Amino acid sequence: MSLRPSLQAVADAVPHGARVLDIGCGDGALLAHLRDSKNVEGRGIDVSAANVAAAVARGLSVVQGDADADLADYPDGAFDMAILSDTLQAMRAPAKVLAELLRIARRAVVSFPNFCHWRVRGSILFGGRMPVTPILPVSWYETTNIHFCSIDDFLNLVDELGLKVESATFLSGGVRRSPALANLLAEQAVFVLSRP
Amino acid sequence: MSVSAPQAADTRFGLDRRVHLPGPFALASGQSLMGLDIGYETYGTLAPDGRNAILICHALTGDQHVASLHPRTGKPGWWQRLVGAGKPIDPERHFIICANVLGGCSGSSGPGSIDPGTGFPYAMAFPVITISDMVEAQAALLDNLGVGTLMAVVGGSMGGMQALQWAVSHPDRVRSVVALATAARHSAQNIAFHEVGRQAIMADPAWAGGNYTADCQPVAGLAVARMAAHITYLSEQGLTARFGRRLQDREALGFGFDAEFQVESYLRHQGLAFVERFDANSYLYITRAMDYFDLAAPHDGVLAKAFSSAAKDFGTRFALVSFTTDWLYPTAESKRIVSALNAAGAAVSFCELESPHGHDAFLLEAPEMNRVVDGFLRAGA
Repeated sequence: MSLRPSLQAVADAVPHGARVLDIGCGDGALLAHLRDSKNVEGRGIDVSAANVAAAVARGLSVVQGDADADLADYPDGAFDMAILSDTLQAMRAPAKVLAELLRIARRAVVSFPNFCHWRVRGSILFGGRMPVTPILPVSWYETTNIHFCSIDDFLNLVDELGLKVESATFLSGGVRRSPALANLLAEQAVFVLSRP
Repeated sequence: MSVSAPQAADTRFGLDRRVHLPGPFALASGQSLMGLDIGYETYGTLAPDGRNAILICHALTGDQHVASLHPRTGKPGWWQRLVGAGKPIDPERHFIICANVLGGCSGSSGPGSIDPGTGFPYAMAFPVITISDMVEAQAALLDNLGVGTLMAVVGGSMGGMQALQWAVSHPDRVRSVVALATAARHSAQNIAFHEVGRQAIMADPAWAGGNYTADCQPVAGLAVARMAAHITYLSEQGLTARFGRRLQDREALGFGFDAEFQVESYLRHQGLAFVERFDANSYLYITRAMDYFDLAAPHDGVLAKAFSSAAKDFGTRFALVSFTTDWLYPTAESKRIVSALNAAGAAVSFCELESPHGHDAFLLEAPEMNRVVDGFLRAGA
């Protein structure tokens, strides 16, 4: 089974045999891939009952829940890695969630769409409209994304929270690209974070 | 524990079985029973490695006839939507056991059983039992059947309580738990509704302190108890959709106290049908057992501690399902269990499914529930 490029970049960051919590795991595609290809012991959380039913039907351990509220249940250091893929921007309290990730896991992989990609900037600057792009395909009035950030904004928050960036991957058009001018040229970013 | 493969001629296996297990059988109350009668059914064949056994636990007024015709009412098994050929729990693949609970009135020891000390029915001299006692009785039955470890224990409502209790009492004997539309404790509201039912029974002169005879049972009291309880199994939305304010067999209000509304007529029918198949004293004992249920209580009130051994020592897997319109054991109760299981580090799955049918949803057509249970069981096979 092939994953979409940003999920593949997240999967690449997860070590073999790790204990993983995937927050916003959707129908469990990533967790199933990690279980089958890397022998990962995975758990998931998703807000949608239909997604959870699909994930459980795949044999995964997934609970219906809300990362903003339910991460508090997990004990410190319960996981090797917490995954937050394409979900940060939908959180009510992204800073709190990031801090929680690195309480319950030693490392966190966080991927998100870059809101300062040139196509987004262009849409706002020249079109005068909120962007609808391949990475942000949903109109402003329907999107579940409530906290957009740029790559530089994210790095700023990581700094403020006293977290450490272990590695970063940038994607554009589904292809990895160099970190040069990432805040302008990358559509998506995948960061591996830890506590220093 | 030795596991013996069942033979066709082995009378321990099949439909409508009865067994007497010699005592003494110690109870949570400190009392004990001299022996234990259990009415049960099995379906399918125990695998040579014994790894395909699934115990199904029934709810308050259920019985062991989970997927076979009820010998008295002639009705189909109460969970044929989940259990049967081609269903998530399938006799082709699984060895399925369902037993009448301790305290029940369908072949297992209960207040209607003969007290060997007096030669008369126990009635209210039967010791008060708990959910944990019910689980111990099931464990004794499994010993008798040669079943060591269960692949899964599955139940809804009070059956879910037993399933959870199994993981706490015998974490070494249960690889996975499916607990549907249930709770880890009875709330004040749950206890309150049960008390209404018990008082209705005890207020019936025919109850006679529990010493009623077969031809003079407290049917009025038991029917009212069932009517009150039945309301808690449905949702307001479901009642409104099904009955609204529609009148029964009449065009206009009658200015009297007959069952003028359809919902009244329906409830009266539910009450009357129930007394045909259930014993009033059993109803008292089983509702009491549910009211006493609080899994966290023996663990300093910390539910996560109750699950600690199952999660850490045995890797028991859990699946919970709640339903949107269930106000008897609402989603918050399931989430409380999920929280505790996560804190204990257990492998847990949970989802809240949409249904207009209230608490009863777990017994009705629920394709998503079947999908969840099927996926969960297959993953642990």
